[in-house]
Amino acid sequence: MADDPQTRFEQDLAIDPRVDSPAREGLTGTARGDVYEPRRDPEDITAAPDQRPMDEQPRWRQDFAIDTPEDNFIARRDFAKFLVLTSGAFVAGQAWIAAKSLVRDRRAPPGRQRIASLGMVPPGSAMMFTYPGDDPCLLIRMRDGKLVAYSQKCTHLSCAVVPKIDEGILRCPCHEGVFELATGRNIAGPPPRPLPVIELDVVGEDVFATGVTERTV
Amino acid sequence: MPVPQHLEFFVDPSRCIGCQACVHACTECDTHRGDAMIHLEYVDRGTSVQTVPVVCMHCEQPTCAEVCPADAIKRTGDGVVQSARKPRCIGCGNCVVACPFGVPELYIDRAIMMKCDMCYDRTSIGKKPMCATVCPSQALFFGTREQALALRPKSTPTNKFRFGEQSITTRVNVMVPRRPATPMQIDVTAAMDERPRNRSMRLPVLDTADPFAEVEV
Repeated sequence: MADDPQTRFEQDLAIDPRVDSPAREGLTGTARGDVYEPRRDPEDITAAPDQRPMDEQPRWRQDFAIDTPEDNFIARRDFAKFLVLTSGAFVAGQAWIAAKSLVRDRRAPPGRQRIASLGMVPPGSAMMFTYPGDDPCLLIRMRDGKLVAYSQKCTHLSCAVVPKIDEGILRCPCHEGVFELATGRNIAGPPPRPLPVIELDVVGEDVFATGVTERTV
Repeated sequence: MPVPQHLEFFVDPSRCIGCQACVHACTECDTHRGDAMIHLEYVDRGTSVQTVPVVCMHCEQPTCAEVCPADAIKRTGDGVVQSARKPRCIGCGNCVVACPFGVPELYIDRAIMMKCDMCYDRTSIGKKPMCATVCPSQALFFGTREQALALRPKSTPTNKFRFGEQSITTRVNVMVPRRPATPMQIDVTAAMDERPRNRSMRLPVLDTADPFAEVEV
């Protein structure tokens, strides 16, 4: 048996062919990892029971491959599909947000509306009004007589904020959010953005609301 | 690391003496301690003591993997059909019903199918499967085809089986007698009704009485 594959195998390994030699266990002995070769092309080894080629097989047989290399290939392909589709969804979402903000910027500004007279808000007090439409807002007159107005809806989850004029803050009781009274900036707690500012115009004794400025920072 | 291609499994049922050494060697294995993946079956227990060891035949078209709804049975590139993957197997038992050789077994307590994987931890590093190392009559032989042919001059290995309409080619070979004629394939369903022809020894002790009849004491 000159051309015996086991003999060649042992010669490649340089194993002592005697059965009781130390490098050898049983008949075949121990082997290094680099002496084996796979029998078939790992990309094309599934044989269907009817022996017809893979192109003629039903679709499910390609999706549920029996052989491990092909199964791993399908898992890789599914992962690539997942990556592409998920990033595509993110791109579509960003485009949707951009389109919405464009539409919002082009919307006509709310009209000018009289909301109070100066006599209704002495220094150190606040009053509620709605502007534009039914949106609740706060008109606040600070100790030095300066007037500010903000939307009352907290930018976190739309709870009503409470003005604390002596402490110089607007406090949201729901989750302990705090806004600065003078500017409406979010200074503590969960609110992500400052309160929208209602622009005011004082003509004589009358206070008018002229617009809303939404801010992101 | 794959099982080397020149090493093959040869099962010679006519040499089996029913000593259960393979079963107990299989039970010792750490990967499934206490459970034997090899089955030792009686051919016709009423009239004969002939046993046959049943290992996984590692089909070219594995029926167990074909019917698996959870995609849990996979074959590696070297042609070895692996046991069910634990994260995938749902313990439905489809493979148990489908396998024509009756190899897979369902372990209800851990809800998983386990079957012979040709001792992949051993054969993939060039060692023999556990059952083949202990078989005293070499009914289970693992080695090169040249060695098998030299050891069994009156037999020839075959790996083609027919179960009714289904043809199966396997990686594991079964030794069949050369005479009177070397079969092209083993027609298992047709052979089920066949009686043994020569060299068979009948033990007619049970012919007169029904062995499973209830005995009145």
